[in-house]
This record gives sequence, structure tokens and C-alpha cells, in this order.
Amino acid sequence: MSLEAPPRPDQGLFPTDQEYDSLLGRRNRKAQFFKVFCLLMLTIAVVALATLLYTIVNDSFGLVAVVNQNDPDDVVASLGHDPETTTLNDLSYDELVGLLEANVSSGVGRRLERDQRFYEDRLVFESDEVWDEICSSNEPPAGCTRGPRNTADVFSLVQERVIVPDVIASYPLAQSIVNPEAFEQEVAAGFEAGRFGDYTADQASIEWRAWFNTTFLLAPASATPEIAGIRTAILGSVWLVVITVIFAVPVGVGAAIYLVEFAKPSRFNDFVQTNINNLAGVPSIIYGMLGLAILVRVLEPFTSGAIFTTGPAPSDNGRTVLSAGITLGLLTLPVVIISSQEALKAVPDSLRQAGLALGATRWQTVRSQILPVAMPGVLTGTILAVARAVGETAPLILVGAASFITADPTGPFSKFTALPIQIFQWTSFPQEEFRNIAAAASIALLILLLVLNAFAVILRNRYSRRIP
Amino acid sequence: MTPNDQVEVDRTPKSLLKQPRPGEMLIRGFLFICGAISIATTVGILYELGKESLLFFQDERVDFFEFITGTVWQPQGGAFGVWPLILGTLLISVIAMVVAVPIGLAAAIYLSEYASRRVRGFFKPVLEILVGIPTVVYGFFALTFMTPLLRSVLGSSVVGFFNVASAGVVVGILIVPLISSLAEDALSAVPDSLREGAYALGASKFEVSTRIVVPGALSGIAAGLVVAMSRAVGETMVVTLAAGAAPRNFTLGADSFFGYILNPFESAQAMTGYIAITASGDLAYNTIDYNSIFAIGLTLFFMTLGLNALSRRMVKRFREAYE
Repeated sequence: MSLEAPPRPDQGLFPTDQEYDSLLGRRNRKAQFFKVFCLLMLTIAVVALATLLYTIVNDSFGLVAVVNQNDPDDVVASLGHDPETTTLNDLSYDELVGLLEANVSSGVGRRLERDQRFYEDRLVFESDEVWDEICSSNEPPAGCTRGPRNTADVFSLVQERVIVPDVIASYPLAQSIVNPEAFEQEVAAGFEAGRFGDYTADQASIEWRAWFNTTFLLAPASATPEIAGIRTAILGSVWLVVITVIFAVPVGVGAAIYLVEFAKPSRFNDFVQTNINNLAGVPSIIYGMLGLAILVRVLEPFTSGAIFTTGPAPSDNGRTVLSAGITLGLLTLPVVIISSQEALKAVPDSLRQAGLALGATRWQTVRSQILPVAMPGVLTGTILAVARAVGETAPLILVGAASFITADPTGPFSKFTALPIQIFQWTSFPQEEFRNIAAAASIALLILLLVLNAFAVILRNRYSRRIP
Repeated sequence: MTPNDQVEVDRTPKSLLKQPRPGEMLIRGFLFICGAISIATTVGILYELGKESLLFFQDERVDFFEFITGTVWQPQGGAFGVWPLILGTLLISVIAMVVAVPIGLAAAIYLSEYASRRVRGFFKPVLEILVGIPTVVYGFFALTFMTPLLRSVLGSSVVGFFNVASAGVVVGILIVPLISSLAEDALSAVPDSLREGAYALGASKFEVSTRIVVPGALSGIAAGLVVAMSRAVGETMVVTLAAGAAPRNFTLGADSFFGYILNPFESAQAMTGYIAITASGDLAYNTIDYNSIFAIGLTLFFMTLGLNALSRRMVKRFREAYE
């Protein structure tokens, strides 16, 4: 049905139907174009995320050309196992130690044992008399007091000393799947061009390698990418989380309670609030400098543990887990405070008034009425803040975590390394294989963050179910 | 009536009157100290940065005037002009903003004005995951994906292995979620009555978005952009890994502006990169290197503080307009 257009009084002022149609068409096209443009931009963000994850996975798996000093299959066969069904991973602790005994010179073996012994009750490389003698000397080696090694440690020792793998070339996942022959040709060409030094082509075997595997997670740090693991770094990160939480949660929630429930509007409290907002915008590296100047340097007797003992300090300087944990705690604090404040402010005023009307004091009201209701919000905000702190690298570099550490952290006064630090160091090395383990460590870090986030969701759901 | 207004009642028995409660006071005191720790943090930052910077400027090799005007940063050669490092930071931040502003704003407009619930449910988590990824992983991404990509597209003779463009683009990706979420907040704070009024006059969705909603939310959006800029200026890991470790020293007038000073395809150290690289070795106290990172840190601190303060003022004005 079409309506007759009413007569127009002045044709000059209004567009003709034709003009009107083309104007409308132009406007619609513009609107359509804009919508597509916006959607395209959003898609770019999705593509960026996908590419990032793809890059990490791509470098964590793939074909490698590896030269082993001893073939793992031969080694397994030499112990009487069938190499078809048994791998090096399946060997028992005793068999692994036996392999070391058979393949390592006695001098190296003694050094390893003095570092950390293999069995609680017997010695493998040292004789009992010598052991007693060096342990009663003035400077006993670490092995005299430390507990025995575990299977993962000995496994990586076997890798390092018996198998001695050397990855001479690696290929990313996508290319390994699409075009595995190209890799073989590349390696063969590399041998012809003499790029692999003393190795000959028949020494190298081409195999699949998942750089992200359980051995990688369990092995201690090492300077050789083929055998390096991230256990030391994971433990370091876990220690950091614990100290950060212990410091930031009580202080942050306390400050939020003070600001929301107790503080009356005053110039000082306004100042505190503005200050917290400002702190939330300070770059993390500045917190690192604060940690370096105050915690590592000024408070060295405290952060190195020297004031807690009369003997030698647990650490020779303040570059310890404790310093780094408190630094991350200070960094997290503004975020914890702000998110806890939001959660507390969301609690209806009627609850406060009811509590006070019944004669409860302010703190009693807060403790038994307001905090339980605000808890899910507080917890979610806190865990998300801590998850952010776990991924922070810059402050850790500043407080001195960037040195090469292979020993697991044993307490708050230990030297340590952390997952982001390992990723940073491995990424900055030029060799290809370090890229691979940096990618694998990134997967581990992302999984750790995922776990923390899942934890936040679970806690929130649990708490909100209990409170109707 | 607020809860702390107390009603005066005559002839109340003495036992019911307000009594001193030591426990309550103790807890109150503890909570107050918690609040005060944040002040102590600020004081600590200002004091330490200030003190070490002062030591830096007292050193005979350093001249304050040279620091704020000099265009050569060469600690070994005794040249301490801060501009090469600021130049690195600004180049990276500007590239990051060029990448992030269109993406972030378009994403915010789409999510706030166009997207259905289902579309939001897909895109919002993607942006949240982007926020959650640690910056060191972005650094890895810059070095192993972005740099090779730029080098293969533009030629490895044009693009250096360490270059500002790669770092800038990746920092841009990193701040997209920040821009989009702050801008989306600002857009959704614009009252619906404005949108409805415009629709009633026959405006298309595009016209409502770009002529009514965006101008209405402009100061909020601008505040978000300033915060994002401050985040880009303070970003460390991507910059340290991908932009290189040599400050881009230059001489005004002698060096070509676009060929060298502003060339995005060559390396340039940023302020944060200098601090991180210098501190990652075994840094001895009371050396000029140690003191210099604090002077740079103080410069960085004031830059980000200024940007954040500016953004808060903008937000305040924006809130006043609609509340």
C-alpha cells in the first residue's frame, strides 16, 4: 500500500523523493559500514588472542632433531627392559641411580653426592669414613644436612650425565604437522653445510617432542634447555602467592573496612582514598624499586632472616622470597582495597542499621553481619588481584630474582626464581631451544592463573549459596 | 538518618550508657593502621625515589640541566640526558595508542550499542582473558611472532630484530581491553533518554552512536584513553624484551627526523626497559647505575601520576554532567 505524498509547499526547501531515497540509502550504507567496522575491530581482538595462544602452543610442541650421547632405548635395554614398552621415565629410583653409578666418573659422582645424597641410609659414591670426615670438617658440604634426592632430580641427572641430549634443530607444531618432510630436508641440508659442528647425520634422530611435559614440570632449573625444568620456578611462584596473600589480604580488607565502615568523612580520610586510587595507577616496576630500596636494602637484616638467628643468616642478602612477596603484596594492596570497598559498599545499609539497633557495636556488626555478606565479592576481587601479581615480572627483576637459581626455595628466606622470571630469561636468550621452553613455561603460567581464577569462581559460588 | 546518630534518652540506667570498649578500640586501631599502610607506601616510594635521585644529581658526573635537556644517554661515557629514554617510551606508547584506540573504541561502541546478549557473552570473556595474560607472555609473543611478522612483511633490511613497532603493537593489544572496558562504562552511563530522543527524530543507530552517545560520553572516554596511555608508559616486559637495550641517542638538527629519531623500525630503549635491564644484573648499591634507575623511576612516576590525575579530573567532570 502506498500513500500519496502530501503536496509540498516549497520544493526548494525539501528534498525530492529521489533525493530523499538516495540520502537515506547513503545514511543506511554508512550505518552498515560502521557496524561492520566495529565488528571487524572486535574480531581483531579475538584474532590477537587466538594468535597469542597459537604462538605459545606452536613453540611448545613439534619435531626436533636430537643427538644423544647414549641412546635412551639402548640404556633401557641394557637394564633388561623391553625398549618397546618401557621408557626412561618408567625406571625405578634404584635403576636410575645404578645408571649414574655405571656411567659417571667417580669424581663427578662424589661431587653430586656431596651436593645432595642419593639414599638416606647408604652412600653410593663416597666411602663412609671420608663422608664422616668431610661432614665433621669446618665447612661441611650441603649433602651432609640435606635430605636425599627424589626421582625427578635423579631422572634429570641421568638425562644430564648419561643420555646428554642435544637438540640441534627444532620445528614448530604447525609446520611439523603440515610438512614434516621439510624438516628432515632442512636437517640433512644443515649437515651437508656443516652447521651442526662435529655431529654426523647418522647420530641425529628426528622425533616428536612435547616441551611441555611432566618431566619439564618436575625437573629443577638448569642451564641446558634440553633438561631444564620449572619445578624451582613453580615452587618460587607458590611461595610468592602465599606471602602475598598473607600480607595483602588482612591489610587490604582491614583498610577497606576502615574506610567504608569506620572512617567519617574528613580531610585525612579523603586523602587516604585519593592516595589509594593513585597507588593503583603506579607502574609495577616502581613497586619493584620500592622493594629494592626498602625491603632488600634497608630491611636486609629482616628479609635475609639475620635477626631471627644467632648463627649465619639463612640468606647472605635481602634478595629473598620474603622481600619479593611483600613487594607483590604492596603492589596488590590498592586493588584488594578497592575491590573490597566495592563489595562492602554493596551491602545494604539496612543490615548495618539493624545490627546497630540491636545494640551491637560497630565491629560486631561488621564481623557478623556485613563481612559474611560481602565475602564473595571480597574473595573474588582478592584472588583476581593475586592472580595478576603472580604474572608480574618487573618488580621481581628489581628485587633481584633474575639470578640463576637451581635450588628449590625452602622457606621465606630462600633465594628463588619464579615462573615469569624464567619466561623472561629464556625468551631473552638467543638459542632456539630456549624459545621452546619459554613457550612451555608460559603454558604452565597460564594454567596456574586459570586455576587461581577457577578457585575464585568456586569460592564465590560456595559462599553465595550459603547466604541467601 | 545515618546509623551513628544516637537518640538521646533521659534517665538511662548507667549500665546501658556508652561504655569504653578496649577491644573495639584495638580493632579500630588495627584497621586504621591498615589504611595508613597505603600512605606509608606512597611516602616510601616518594622518599626512596627522591633520596636516590638526589644522590644521582649530586654526583659530579651528572648535571641536572643536562639530565632534563640532554639527548644522549650513555652512562659509561658520563652522558646522562634523559630524552633518548623518554623518546623510546613515547614512541612505543604512541604506536600502542594508534593500534589500541580504534580497536578499543570500536569494540566498546559495538558492545554497548549494537551487541545482543549472546554476542556480548562471546566477546566479553575474550577481552577479560586478554587482561589476564601476564605481560611477560606478551613480551614472548612480541619477540617470537610480531617481530618476525613485521620483518617478513616489510623486509628484514627495513625492520631491525629489536624494534619499536613490534613492542608498540603488542603493548597496543595489551591495552585494548582497558580502553574498551573504560569506554564501555562511559557509554553505558549516557542516559537512555538521549538515545530515545534521537531515535524518535529518525536517526539511524550509527548516527545515535556517533553523534549522541559518543559526544555525551566524551570526557569519560578521554579519561579512559589517558589511563591507557599511562599504562602503556609504565609497561615494562614487552618493552624490555622486544624494543632493544640501546638508548636511541640523537642530536637535534644533525639526525634525520623520520629516518632515525622517529623511525619505528629500529630499536630504542624505553625508561622502564632501562630500569629492568640495569637491575637484572648484580647491581651494587651506591653506584651511579643504581642511583640512575631511581632518577628515571622518579621521572616515570611523575609522568604516570600526572596522566592518572588528569584522567580523574575528566571523570569527575563527566560524572557531574549526568548525576
